[in-house]
Amino acid sequence: MSTPTESTAPAAPPKPTRLAPIVTLDAKFFWDAADKGEFVGEACADCNKLRFPPRPMCPHCHSVKRTVVPLSGRGTVYTWIQPRHPAPFGFKEPPIVVTVELEEGYRLVTNLYDIALEEVKQGLPVEVFFAPTMGNHQVPVFRPRRA
Amino acid sequence: MTRHFREAAIAGIGATEFSKASGRSELQLAAECSKAALDDAGIHPSEVDGMVTFTIDNSDEIGLARCLGVKDLAYTTRIPGGGAAAVATIYQAMAMVNAGLCNTVLVWRAMNERSQYRFGQPHTQNIGPQAGNGTGSLLWCMPFGAQTPATWESLAAQRYMQQYGVTNEDLGRVAVAQRKYAATNPAAWFYGKPITLEEHQSSKWIVEPILRLLDCCQESDGGVAIVITSLDRAKDLKQKPVKIVGACQSIPYNVEVISNYYHADLSMMPEAEGTAKRLYAQTGMKPSDMQAAMIYDAFTPQVLKQLEGFGFCKRGEAKDFIKSGEIDIDGILPINTNGGLIGEAYIHGMNNIAEGVRQVRGTAANQVKKVERVLVSSGMAGAIFERV
Repeated sequence: MSTPTESTAPAAPPKPTRLAPIVTLDAKFFWDAADKGEFVGEACADCNKLRFPPRPMCPHCHSVKRTVVPLSGRGTVYTWIQPRHPAPFGFKEPPIVVTVELEEGYRLVTNLYDIALEEVKQGLPVEVFFAPTMGNHQVPVFRPRRA
Repeated sequence: MTRHFREAAIAGIGATEFSKASGRSELQLAAECSKAALDDAGIHPSEVDGMVTFTIDNSDEIGLARCLGVKDLAYTTRIPGGGAAAVATIYQAMAMVNAGLCNTVLVWRAMNERSQYRFGQPHTQNIGPQAGNGTGSLLWCMPFGAQTPATWESLAAQRYMQQYGVTNEDLGRVAVAQRKYAATNPAAWFYGKPITLEEHQSSKWIVEPILRLLDCCQESDGGVAIVITSLDRAKDLKQKPVKIVGACQSIPYNVEVISNYYHADLSMMPEAEGTAKRLYAQTGMKPSDMQAAMIYDAFTPQVLKQLEGFGFCKRGEAKDFIKSGEIDIDGILPINTNGGLIGEAYIHGMNNIAEGVRQVRGTAANQVKKVERVLVSSGMAGAIFERV
């Protein structure tokens, strides 16, 4: 449905081409939070231990009660690569892919921005921000931490 | 069949040609390699009573049994974990024979993995939470552009390389050694095509700064089958029996296949160390009892990590072991003497197991002298083959 004002509206930003997350029932809390710009983890509601990847039972006390906890969004780079060939689907330029060790003590696969591949080092302090995907979703990505 | 413990042995191996376009169905490849393995053993195909393959093999047990005319199938099972399943198929077949449940177990893997689909291309389809497909936590990788086996491997391999100062040139020496073996193996896709370290170093980055093109296995069409029976029966069959002295698997807590980023220290390979510990305890053997090894080599870093995991060298020393020629034909431990998955073909690890059998039989294209025992590994599973 078109309206007369549409032709004079400023150009829309390019549509995101990044793949949308694959959402499973046990990890839905993570992606729902990401859509709102929140970076969260899963903890056992009985023994309070964090776990990742998400799962329906605590491996320590076997409780099925879960709670969603906010994470600091800070971590350090553990490993880093740049996929060259074949080109990753959904990216104009190959991204830097990293595993980040979160302050809370587990790792996450994500992207690193605002730095050249040659400058990335193990232990580089990083912080979270969010990148848009196809289908109006967001995923957590990282950049060097600002002092 | 009376149930009592029986030693197991490999009685037959078979394969199709290894190509990039087989021109026939995966089921036909499966049937052809299975018939070849049974002919090699001197067992009529109708006698197969156990079948083992990978969860991700596209051919159906009953479809294959119908091709072979199998008269009464007693046991079927499939192994998860992609290539990590390779040696686990031998482990399962051994256990089926040990337990007195089967007399003739057929293990197969057949794929048109170049002409029909390509493992090396971005896996943007069908990577959901599929149990048993070896996909692990790949859903946590896909939106970030880590969409191929090479990227998943590299994200973990880098920690090992950083920890021990392993360079891409160190990895290149694995590729050079294996392509040398392939060059003199007429069954290898890269027969007659050795490479130099310079050629490795000038091949394009697949994943910077970890893997170049020549660090990666091939994408291949083909099939490999292996026939396991009791040691007693194998002694009366067509080939010299190859005894399965022991076989086992190890999946330590928080370890998974390929998207394996969640255990404590990515510079080590807990699954290989766990498999080695269990295998040596089961058999009473040690690394120095082996005259050769066939090691899952989808990518070069896996070879270094498994050499260390199985105790052939200490942690961090695989690069020096390789540099000083110890994996070559006259070294301490010749490995992947068929050229491996890099040089011969990528039949998901099964062609390396068949090479282990040939080395024990004494019929390999690149035969190691005085072979008594060969270790075969697919990272999460291992086995020891022995001359009888």
